[in-house]
Amino acid sequence: MSTRDGVFVFSENLNLTLEMLSKGRELADKLQKELAAIIIGSGVQEQAANLTKYGADKIYVADHPTLKNFQVDTYFSILNSLVMEHNSEIILIGSTKRGKELAARLAARLKTGLIPDAFKLEISSDGELVATRTVYGGNGIAVEKCRTKPKIITVPPRAFERPSPAEKKAEIASVDVKPEAPKLEIVEIKPIEAAKVRIEEATVIVSGGRGIEKKEDFKMLEELAGLLGGFVGNTRPLAEDRKWFIEWVGLSGKKVKPNLYIACGISGMIQHIAGIRDSKVIVAINKDPEAPIFEAADYIVVGDLYQIVPALIEALKNISKR
Amino acid sequence: MPTIIVCLKYAVDVTQIKVELATRKLIITSVPRKISDFDKNALEEAVKIKEKFGGEVIALTLTTEDASSALREALAIGADKAFLIKDPLLKDGDAFITASILAKAIKKINKFDLIICGEASIDSYSAQVGPRLGEILGLPVISYVRKLSLENNVVVAERGLEDCSETVRAQLPVLITVTKEINVPRVPTLMDVIKASKKQIVTWSLSDLGVPAEEVRAAIEVLDVSAPRVERKKVKLEGENAKEVAEKVVKALIQEGLLKL
Repeated sequence: MSTRDGVFVFSENLNLTLEMLSKGRELADKLQKELAAIIIGSGVQEQAANLTKYGADKIYVADHPTLKNFQVDTYFSILNSLVMEHNSEIILIGSTKRGKELAARLAARLKTGLIPDAFKLEISSDGELVATRTVYGGNGIAVEKCRTKPKIITVPPRAFERPSPAEKKAEIASVDVKPEAPKLEIVEIKPIEAAKVRIEEATVIVSGGRGIEKKEDFKMLEELAGLLGGFVGNTRPLAEDRKWFIEWVGLSGKKVKPNLYIACGISGMIQHIAGIRDSKVIVAINKDPEAPIFEAADYIVVGDLYQIVPALIEALKNISKR
Repeated sequence: MPTIIVCLKYAVDVTQIKVELATRKLIITSVPRKISDFDKNALEEAVKIKEKFGGEVIALTLTTEDASSALREALAIGADKAFLIKDPLLKDGDAFITASILAKAIKKINKFDLIICGEASIDSYSAQVGPRLGEILGLPVISYVRKLSLENNVVVAERGLEDCSETVRAQLPVLITVTKEINVPRVPTLMDVIKASKKQIVTWSLSDLGVPAEEVRAAIEVLDVSAPRVERKKVKLEGENAKEVAEKVVKALIQEGLLKL
């Protein structure tokens, strides 16, 4: 079975595809198998061509007007037939919401296991794929392996570094598109205005929690973030309960890994802490000396953020004046 | 009048997990369990639909433990009937096993128009069981639903995705998974609890579902679960006033090499 394409990579998110290609290359080399990326969409030939230098041996392109929107029903059937045809061993799928649904349904159809949100993937000394992921709401780190084949893994953003372009170019193969008819009819798609920079990619994040009294007060955090060359984030209650934002930082929202994370008025629910765990340095400002966030912080400031944050802004301005 | 099946996970209450300090292993076995948070949203949505259109809400759970208290709660919230699949063989059950057993149970119940699951469980958070179940049963799957309406056997659902909100339509029967945003689960009153005590809980073992023991082999093997290492400096920065504290923070950031001077 040496002809099979050992490792498949798919995500509708190009950055995630690149990140998975670098890890995929490593896994494929260790297993002495081929690495293939799958690109699905409408008018995606150029996108596929741009990808050829990033480590894949093959790029399968399913390009068809009916594939313009990522409908799990249709995308899934393309992926399923490719996997069946090539008998692939490992399938890495980008862990977006659509990606997660796709992966779960693919796993059900192929009667196999799926390890979600693996942030670490290795081939053990006995040649087994071993995946590490967060469980129990951030309280645990689980190391798991899949007993069945193919092994399906979903991969969150920024788990792996992007590859640098290589000399060797992937071969592009077109896929005959015979997608299953979608069972859902799309009524409306309302795009969410994309943030200028995705918070997952920010190097500095200043985040606000329930200690922030009014949405306008985020201006203060924005000013602080601006001085540090960073971006502003928030916790889940500000998005869900107060409806100030649509996204949040945390295990169920965006997992981030900046060099500096400043938590302002954030109590530190375990799910939030799990989402910021990979930050290099964490500064926490909170009135409550018992706030759990302090257990996860490098620098602890017990005090009123409404005094500390303006003072910080002032101090940073003074430095830049010098 | 729709029949709605709600799948409830009797999940580990993750807020009560403790760590054995010497080994960094999690102490899970003694941790209390409860209906997983998003599954309560699923149940609430089902009960709301029943209140509007009539029909029946069936709660379904699968566990090795005695989950009858959780099912009693579901009945008090508004489920009409509950099925408990309880079998020690389910000990190492993963999403693969859970979805296939739930599918067998649903086929045995043999009556539904809508299946509602939570988007993911609080303890495993793998978001697999709903979509897997839909796939096994050959149903349309609508995941991450935060708004739902039903009319003339057609569901219209708004999904909250990363880059858009997508509204889709599908003919019943359908499987949907819901997010926390869809509703606020009610807390049952004492009257609800009393009424629920008369409702029926049906308990099935795997052999009742015709599932042989050798079929209950998880696809995923867990090699290790331990507490994450938090190695933070935890340096307290104090001062006479906010200005002094702020200067200390700035100094710390400079020392960390995080400020470009």
